[in-house]
Amino acid sequence: MAENATVWEVFIQSKNGLAHKHAGNVHASDKVMALENARELYTRRNEGSCIWVVKSEYIVSSESEDSEAFFDPSNDKMYRHPTFYTMPKGSKHI
Amino acid sequence: MSNLFTYTLRIADSSLILGQRMAQWCAKGPTLEEDIALSNISLDMFGQANGFYEYAAQLDGTKSVDDLAFLRNEREFFNHQMVEIENGHFGHTITRNFLHDAFNLLFYTKLSESKDETLSALATKSLKEVKYHLRHSTNWLIRLGDGTEDSNEKVQESLEQIWQFTAELFEMDEIDTELLNAGIGVDNTALKAQWDEIVNTTLKKAKLSRPEDAYMATGGKKGMHTEYLGFLLAEMQYLQRAYPDAKW
Amino acid sequence: MNDKLFQERIDAEKKIEPKDWMPEDYRKHLIRQISQHAHSEVIGMQPEGNWISRAPSLRAKMILLAKVQDEAGHGLYLYSACETLGISREELVKQLHDGKAKYSSIFNYPTLSWADMGAIGWLVDGAAIVNQVSLQRTSYGPYARGMVKICKEESFHQRQGYEIMAEMAKGTPEQKAMAQDALNRFWWPSIMMFGPQDSDSPRTGNAMKWKIKRQFNDELRQKFIDQTVGQAEVIGLIIPDKDLKWNQQREHYDFGEMDWVEFWSVVNGNGPCNKQRLDHHKKAHDEGKWVRNAAKAYAKKQELVAN
Repeated sequence: MAENATVWEVFIQSKNGLAHKHAGNVHASDKVMALENARELYTRRNEGSCIWVVKSEYIVSSESEDSEAFFDPSNDKMYRHPTFYTMPKGSKHI
Repeated sequence: MSNLFTYTLRIADSSLILGQRMAQWCAKGPTLEEDIALSNISLDMFGQANGFYEYAAQLDGTKSVDDLAFLRNEREFFNHQMVEIENGHFGHTITRNFLHDAFNLLFYTKLSESKDETLSALATKSLKEVKYHLRHSTNWLIRLGDGTEDSNEKVQESLEQIWQFTAELFEMDEIDTELLNAGIGVDNTALKAQWDEIVNTTLKKAKLSRPEDAYMATGGKKGMHTEYLGFLLAEMQYLQRAYPDAKW
Repeated sequence: MNDKLFQERIDAEKKIEPKDWMPEDYRKHLIRQISQHAHSEVIGMQPEGNWISRAPSLRAKMILLAKVQDEAGHGLYLYSACETLGISREELVKQLHDGKAKYSSIFNYPTLSWADMGAIGWLVDGAAIVNQVSLQRTSYGPYARGMVKICKEESFHQRQGYEIMAEMAKGTPEQKAMAQDALNRFWWPSIMMFGPQDSDSPRTGNAMKWKIKRQFNDELRQKFIDQTVGQAEVIGLIIPDKDLKWNQQREHYDFGEMDWVEFWSVVNGNGPCNKQRLDHHKKAHDEGKWVRNAAKAYAKKQELVAN
């Protein structure tokens, strides 16, 4: 059987000024084709102003079993959120 | 029939026929991604055809876009013969499209400077699409030419077969000359040098050799065609012809 | 994680993501369902693709091509979701070619007139949308996100079909006859798209427990019938079911018995176009092989140059 095609993850910036957002993936044998395939598949309805593609194999993901260790510790650090602080009555624009 | 009408119709015809050919790739592409790409090119060509037919219909004053597209016979179609030949394999289609896209890019660049505002606007819009088409066909021609031995042979053979249809892209007849002199039309002859440059550069990258000019087809813009066009039209026009009273 | 924790997560309406632990049967069920869905989109391009070259106006041609193109896109969204479960698209396509994976039986019926483009858009896409709207809440994240995207894009598909039917129904007598004939041929197969009655659907239990499916087949089928009857009336076409009748008590339409012998026969490969559709897909796949190989060879050469 032929070897599998290279898979690329696609990130679309819908408008200048916004962040690129993950849209899905495409198959392509080279980066030029990956970009063109992403354009054909994910911007058929005028959804894009910029496209990133990256080989899926280069994405490093945290594991779900690590999620407690990774994310729970930030739960009790409420002082990072502005609502943690009590402002004197009558103070404005702060 | 005014010369401007005929001139506009010729552009529309080439777009329509190429669109029809590209639509035949739907559900047959070498990958699903490429299937979508080929359909997109087809949709662009139909959109361009529609724009130029609308203008032609307006100049004519009696016929609709669909009358123009669906109720004319082979000898009344004025497209380049290159766009009516059968698709063949994927590499064949890519080769044909590359040669035609390179012409279209140069043609629309010039037409966008036309004194005729409608033609100029239609050309400007088409130009954006054609730039992408040329990029697509160029990249594929290079991949196939510089891919495997087999793929190189296949596209080299296609190039030899299609080459005969390249000369008529640059032909000028009395209508072209009159519109050129009026500042409306394009000097096709003058596009040849740049076209040669694009083609030669790409063929070199694709490790393909440029065929010699031998028999060169002529007369598409006068209604001379290959036998393929009749079959294409018969299929495309069947409903309009079979039910002349129906609206769809 | 174990089954119990997994089920708690499902019950709490938390989405399952690719990296999460999941029972093997959940994964298998998803692969089967999503790939079947993907193959349906892709095989579904053929019956409509048939008519692009013969569309009766330039407008109709562009609309139909854009619609069929969307189906290729939706196939890709779904293959992409399926790949997150650890199976390659190549493997999925192989399963299709080997007859191990199925696709929706509706696409095994031939398209014989332009009105069939209307009937497919109106009924087949209409039925698919009812199903897909429900699946937007499916428990597997990538599948749910795919469904959201697909539903958004499909909203024009049903409308274009209904527009074709409406135009033809008020056209010449010949056109109206074509429209009615298309409705006659596609009505029952569309109704059967929702699958067997739940009492005969062996996998429904797990699918509902795991919230892969969010509504029962019969429930979705009823919803589709209820919304379609009025649409047929508006354009003056007659649904070919003599038992179709508003039931005041149930506040739903009653409808006739489906031909389940035919249903299972088509599912199991004995429909009018089963072989034709699969052969077409295999042929395109085989004919594209040298192109894919060339592209790979080219990419390899480029990498060598870069390194």
